[in-house]
Amino acid sequence: MHNSLLEVENLKTYFTLRGSFLRKDAKYVKAVDSVSITVDPGTTVAVVGESGCGKTTLARTILLLTRPTAGSIKLFGKNGTRSKEYYKNVQMVFQDPDSSLDPTMVIRNIIAEPLKGLSSMTKEEIDIKVAKVVEEVGLSRDILDRVPRQLSGGQKQRVSIARAIVSEPKLVLLDEPTSALDASVQAQILNLLMDLQTKHGLSYLIITHNISVAEYLSDKIYVMYAGKVVEYGSTESIIAKPRHPYTIALLSSTPVPDPKTRNLLNVEIVGEPPSSIKPPSGCRFHPRCPYAEEICQTKEPALDVLTDDRLVACHFVNKTA
Amino acid sequence: MVENVLEVNDLSIDYDSSQGTVHALESVSLTIEPRSLIAVVGESGCGKTSLGLGIIGLLPTPPANNVRGKVIYKGVNLLELDKEEFRRYRGTEIAMIFQEPITSLNPVYKIGMQIAEAIAIRNSRKQRTPNSEDNGTKSREIREEIIASLKMVRIPDAENVMNRYPFELSGGMRQRIMIAMALAQKPSLLIADEPTTALDVTTQAQVLKLMHNLMDEVDTSILLITHDLAVASQVADKVAVMYGGQIVEVAEVNELFSEPLHPYTQGLLSCIPSGTKRKARLKPIQGNVMDLRETVNYCKFAPRCPFVMDQCKTAKPNLLEVKAKHKVACYLHA
Repeated sequence: MHNSLLEVENLKTYFTLRGSFLRKDAKYVKAVDSVSITVDPGTTVAVVGESGCGKTTLARTILLLTRPTAGSIKLFGKNGTRSKEYYKNVQMVFQDPDSSLDPTMVIRNIIAEPLKGLSSMTKEEIDIKVAKVVEEVGLSRDILDRVPRQLSGGQKQRVSIARAIVSEPKLVLLDEPTSALDASVQAQILNLLMDLQTKHGLSYLIITHNISVAEYLSDKIYVMYAGKVVEYGSTESIIAKPRHPYTIALLSSTPVPDPKTRNLLNVEIVGEPPSSIKPPSGCRFHPRCPYAEEICQTKEPALDVLTDDRLVACHFVNKTA
Repeated sequence: MVENVLEVNDLSIDYDSSQGTVHALESVSLTIEPRSLIAVVGESGCGKTSLGLGIIGLLPTPPANNVRGKVIYKGVNLLELDKEEFRRYRGTEIAMIFQEPITSLNPVYKIGMQIAEAIAIRNSRKQRTPNSEDNGTKSREIREEIIASLKMVRIPDAENVMNRYPFELSGGMRQRIMIAMALAQKPSLLIADEPTTALDVTTQAQVLKLMHNLMDEVDTSILLITHDLAVASQVADKVAVMYGGQIVEVAEVNELFSEPLHPYTQGLLSCIPSGTKRKARLKPIQGNVMDLRETVNYCKFAPRCPFVMDQCKTAKPNLLEVKAKHKVACYLHA
């Protein structure tokens, strides 16, 4: 019996470095290194991390745009393949609508495209469906005959969302859905995503570097660092009490819109995210970690159960209690 | 009474475009006190970058034209200077850093060389005293100065970093180097245009903390241009909110966040997602940013404003001081 919608187990996505293909000592960029995540029906799961941590590669691999090196991706307990059945259920909204919407196509065709490939609907049925979806995402039907460059950034992102939900998928992957937008427009899009979830019982897997967006949208959070999940838990409990030293640093570096709590000027984090070609040995966070000891340089900590709903990969997790 | 570092009076800037004149900035006035950090906050297209470029005289002309008003730096109106005279101020007295440090650094020169250039320019502009024997600073002194300026921006292993090329460094390091170069001139004003937008949050925190600390160390003021109210709240002394090429509200940071008066400022604050899921629905500002090509004689925020009155559609509110050090351009408070 499978209760989960999506189950990703020990997923690895490695890229071979140029010049080392077919060589015995081939060098890899381990973009995603043994990541396991689960998404339950009707919930939102956030994957949070900084640039280069592998979060976008993870999303692209789940969508099978990138071939996984190892591990499994299961939807309703069945292995994910590049099939009509899979893409009917899994769709994606990309970060930058300017590069994910074809500039030469009219909006009507952009939104209809998934239906043409995935469903057996007639042309008339598709037209009706597209008109319905475009209103659902808060756009007027007038825009159907325009091309992307005639729309504002927020409108374009609404079109991307319409395209993603038109085939009535179960899971929508959202890769930084609001990071290219202004604050006032971001709020409109976040509200829209919430409304659509309530209405259709959608599941979201949201990839973001923005903690406040993750906090606002998600039920569960996975924190990634250098290709690995370092902490997992319910959103509320992670925000209230992060336990991995990296999560602690990430949360305290996030500016709060309140001049009375100037957290930013007290941040102690040193260094920068590591190179993914040659990540640090042992725990990948050890060069920046205030609690690091000798063992952290040599032994990689496992992602262990800390409490009922919390997994943490740290040798000295009791120091952050 | 402390003399202001900079006073901007009624600065207006137009851009020519194939689709008509764009009024990027309309009668913007602003003062910057010594050793203070003022944040200019607004969404894309609000004119915040034009303001920065207008102050430092780097507006591309064309398309910019018809720059009106005054930019008074330590008693001198910069807009009246000719190109040659302006160069004595730009870089030396007023410096600027940008969003993408990789586009500001020369990719084919080593870091040390580029900082040396900044130092050499400063030295060549210094007024030479008659008994000065200084015929170009000696290379060892320059080397020491490069290392000192890298250490000032907390770059570890400065001797090694000065021999590297920009592509070998991370985004955070490159932005620190831009700051080092800008401050090598010991300017009285540093204009920072979205300096941390391209950086990760942990790096952003480091760079902002560094800028804040350097203000006292180098004795400079900072004009921070940002779209992020949260960033402004963390580091600024004073915040100016811009909308449609105008300043709509300006106040001390605590005052602005505890008692925002302009509906746009209130809207921006309620747009910031906070709290966990479904605690409260966000209250976005309706509609989109207006077209700056139109010349309007009413409040530019009126079409999006939840408190719009008849008056707002017929006349334009002025930026008035409604409380001590708190100015707002809105008829609700006039």
